[in-house]
Amino acid sequence: MNVAAVAQARRWYWQRVSAMVLALCVLVHLGVLIYAVRGGLTAAAILSRTRGNWGFAAFYTVFVIACAVHVPVGLANIAREWWRLGERPALWLGRGFSVVLLWAGLRAVYAVVA
Amino acid sequence: MTAKLRVKVWRGSAVGAFSTYEVPRQGSQTVLDVVTHVQRHLEPSLSYRFACRVGMCGSCAMTVNGKARWTCRTHVAKVVAEGDELEIAPLANLPVIKDLATDMSEFFDKWARAKGSFKGSKTRHDDFARVAPSSPERVTASAGIECIGCAACYSSCDVVTWRPDYLGPAALNRAWTLVNDVRDVERTSRLGAVAGDAGCHSCHTQGSCTERCPKQLSPTLAIAGLKRTVAKAAVRGLL
Repeated sequence: MNVAAVAQARRWYWQRVSAMVLALCVLVHLGVLIYAVRGGLTAAAILSRTRGNWGFAAFYTVFVIACAVHVPVGLANIAREWWRLGERPALWLGRGFSVVLLWAGLRAVYAVVA
Repeated sequence: MTAKLRVKVWRGSAVGAFSTYEVPRQGSQTVLDVVTHVQRHLEPSLSYRFACRVGMCGSCAMTVNGKARWTCRTHVAKVVAEGDELEIAPLANLPVIKDLATDMSEFFDKWARAKGSFKGSKTRHDDFARVAPSSPERVTASAGIECIGCAACYSSCDVVTWRPDYLGPAALNRAWTLVNDVRDVERTSRLGAVAGDAGCHSCHTQGSCTERCPKQLSPTLAIAGLKRTVAKAAVRGLL
């Protein structure tokens, strides 16, 4: 078995699956955004809708996780091709950035829901 | 139409410069005709490569006004507006041997690395394999089979520039035709060969190869097919 080849094929697979989730999430996100801001919107009005809204929390948690899965694969490719990083440093850079995205994203979801 | 055409031709190898020549303009003149005129009448030491002159052999591809083209089938009128210059350089992404001739060893070595040769199970004593022309595999293979190996796609691929070990569009297109060849017995090992770090998953689907292919093939589509097939095989533990 070609371990490196299988790992790369799996990374591509997960990048593709997460892209499908992201495409749906972005459409819903933009749709709600456009609907909600008709006639203006304040921070207080946003928070009044999001506080305690577990549907909102679940949707954006999925969104954040899909980002954290999708981004590191592409970032590692950019790091290899444009910054000439080796495979392992590029993959670790991607993983590190994924953790940052996950932490920042989930923290933001928690902040508007809790 | 002006009577003379100003032509800038690359002289040298990796280090070199463009030399300018004036070539008589003729009707239905191809870029290869221009290069041949320069070599026969103006610059006998000019090196370039061609063979069939009719778009079959794939040996005369060059960079014409910044784009990789087959020069024998490219009319000057198609690439040069009236009063403009023609600029002819060797193919990109390949080492230049001299002037317009590139070293294509790596390009063809990558076909071998992608397991680009057919391996069947039958001998001359067996009956012919029967493949229905309308079967999905045959239709898919036929879509990519007319590659002439000119390297216009390879020369136009940014991923080859960024990752010199990347197999490139032509080798992957060839591998895809064989993956769809129902007579071939090396499907799994071929999928492994094209799946690696320098394989199909490195493609960004920019489509330069498809845009520049003089045979109107779509290596982009072939690579997308390989990505799907390899990923399925990897997820199922078949690689």
